[in-house]
Amino acid sequence: MSKFKKKTKADTNIPTSALPDIIFMLLFFFMVTTVLREQTILVEQKIPQATQLQKIQKKTLISYLYIGKPKNTSLYGSEPRLQANDVLINTSDLVLWVNQQKDNLSEAERDQIWISLKADRDVKMGPISDIQFELREADARKLMYASVGKVEN
Amino acid sequence: MASKRGRMAQEVNAGSMADIAFLLLIFFLVTTTIASDKGIMNILPPKQDPNQPPPEVELNERNIFNILINANDDLLIEGEFRNDLNGLSDEIKRFILNFGNPDEDAITLFNSLPPSLKGLADQSPESSDHPMSGGAVISIKTNRGTSYETYLEVLDLVKQAYFEIYGERVGLTGEEYRTLSGQTPAEKELMDRGKENIPMAISIAEPDKTGS
Repeated sequence: MSKFKKKTKADTNIPTSALPDIIFMLLFFFMVTTVLREQTILVEQKIPQATQLQKIQKKTLISYLYIGKPKNTSLYGSEPRLQANDVLINTSDLVLWVNQQKDNLSEAERDQIWISLKADRDVKMGPISDIQFELREADARKLMYASVGKVEN
Repeated sequence: MASKRGRMAQEVNAGSMADIAFLLLIFFLVTTTIASDKGIMNILPPKQDPNQPPPEVELNERNIFNILINANDDLLIEGEFRNDLNGLSDEIKRFILNFGNPDEDAITLFNSLPPSLKGLADQSPESSDHPMSGGAVISIKTNRGTSYETYLEVLDLVKQAYFEIYGERVGLTGEEYRTLSGQTPAEKELMDRGKENIPMAISIAEPDKTGS
C-alpha cells in the first residue's frame, strides 16, 4: 500500500517551464504563414467550388483580378464590376493594367505571368468573356479561375 | 548594498511570458487567412489579328464533343438535352479515348496505353478519330447569360476526365497526377509521360450575344 502512495506523490507536478517555448513555436508558425491582406476588396467574393484544383508554384507570377457585384451598390451600381489592385476599373483599361503588372516582374518572367480570376459565383459569362478577350489582347493568356475545394456531402 | 540591488534587478519574472505569447498567438490565429492560390488553370488562345481571318480548321463533326450551356444554365451535350452533369466525365473520357479512325501514330499510341485505358478505348466510327492532336476536341460554348458557376462546373468535369487519363497512363490516380508540381525531374518526367500525345484540347467558344 505504501509503495503505491509514494509513487503517486512523486509525479504530482508537471514541469511547465517549456510551455512558453511551445507557444512561441506555434506563434512563429502562424506569423510566418499569415498573409496580411494588402488590399480592400470592393466587390462581393463568393468563390465558386470545384474539384480539379491546381496550384501555381511561384506566387510572384500571379496577379489578381476580382469580379463581382460591388459591395457599395449606391456608389458603384449593382452590375458586376472588375477590381484590380485597389480600384474598380473598366474592362477597356485591362490591357494597361496587365502591362503594369508585367513591368513589376523581371525581364525573363514577363511572359510567364498568371492572372488569377477571382470571380463571384453569381457573375454571368458575359463580363468574364469580355475579360478573357482583353487578356488575349494583352497577351496574358495564362488564366486561373480561382476556386475553393468542393465539400463532399 | 549596491551589489545586492544589482542582483535583485537581474531576476526577471518570466511567469507571464506564456500569457503574452498566448495573446499574440490568438491574434495571429484570428487574423490568419492561409492564402489559397488554387484554381482551375486555363490557357487562352492567342489574340486574333483583325486583318487576318481566323484560320479555318478542318475538323469533322464527329471529332468535336459539343457542350452548349444557355442562359438558363440548361445543357445541350452532343445534341442531347441534359438536366444534370452525372456521368459527363466518363462520357468525355470515352470520347477522348475513342479510336474511330486511327492513323499509324495513333495505333502506336493505342498500343502504349495501359490495359485499363484500352478497356475504355472503343473503336466506334461515329465518335472521335483518335486522342491525338486534331483528333478529339471538347468544345464548351456558353451564352453571355450563363452563370459562371455552371461554366466552371463543366470545365471542372472536362479537366477531371483529362487528369484521370493522364494519371492512369503513369499509374497514378487523377488526383495524384493533378498535384504533381513538376519541380523535380522525376515529377516532370511523370507529367510529360502522362500527357504525351494526348493534348488537352478544350475549346472555349465565344459566347452567344442573344438572350443575355
